[in-house]
Amino acid sequence: MPTVSRDIIVSNSLGLHARPAMQFVDTANRFHSKVTVSKGGEEPYEADGKSVMQMIILAATQGTPLQIKADGDDAEAAVKSLAQLFADKFGEE
Amino acid sequence: MKLKEFIVTEAIVPELSATSRDEALRELVLSLSSAGALPDAAVDGIVAALIAREKDGSTGFGKGVAVPHVKHAAVRKMAGTIGRAPTGIDFTALDHQPVFTIVLLLSPENQPQQHLQAMNVVFSNLQKDMFRRFLRQSTSRATIIELLDEADQGK
Repeated sequence: MPTVSRDIIVSNSLGLHARPAMQFVDTANRFHSKVTVSKGGEEPYEADGKSVMQMIILAATQGTPLQIKADGDDAEAAVKSLAQLFADKFGEE
Repeated sequence: MKLKEFIVTEAIVPELSATSRDEALRELVLSLSSAGALPDAAVDGIVAALIAREKDGSTGFGKGVAVPHVKHAAVRKMAGTIGRAPTGIDFTALDHQPVFTIVLLLSPENQPQQHLQAMNVVFSNLQKDMFRRFLRQSTSRATIIELLDEADQGK
């Protein structure tokens, strides 16, 4: 099973609040791969990318570096789609 | 951040009389204004904003809890409260189950970091089965406050 990961930076001004967290989970659920999102720093946390609650617990503010990781047969496509959400700032500012 | 830094304990409603989502939101916002955490004149606007937010996407994230929240210009200081609905309320939750515990959070505009930190502490606790179960079983304001104290100490 391939594992693919990509480092991204939260760029929308409101950070990873509930709406983008749900959008992320909706997209992650379109793939078979297991998806995790990890935050380093003083309060490291690894969230299940398919759990809205865990994604909100990341409390990732604007400028926070995160790592998206996918494990599974569609890992490459999953990481690409999920990283794109951050690149598009979840449709926000 | 601790729960009791933003949960207005006098505004906790151990047994909501509301039976619908919109009534429950109003009851909790009214409770915050009665406790002096919000100007009375802001109640209608905030309730409308919370309802609009729910229609945009339910904050019933599953496991019997909902965390309605909104940023609003009339909110000067972040304020939250908790309501228990012993018979369950339909929040069109993600898991299609009724909601028994509501944690409502109101934030001022332009403080996204503080809002994310508050959501972090709320969900870190709601993830814990014991916390959710005790909250659901706490029938008095005093018991709920005790539970919040314990959660804040464990953090």
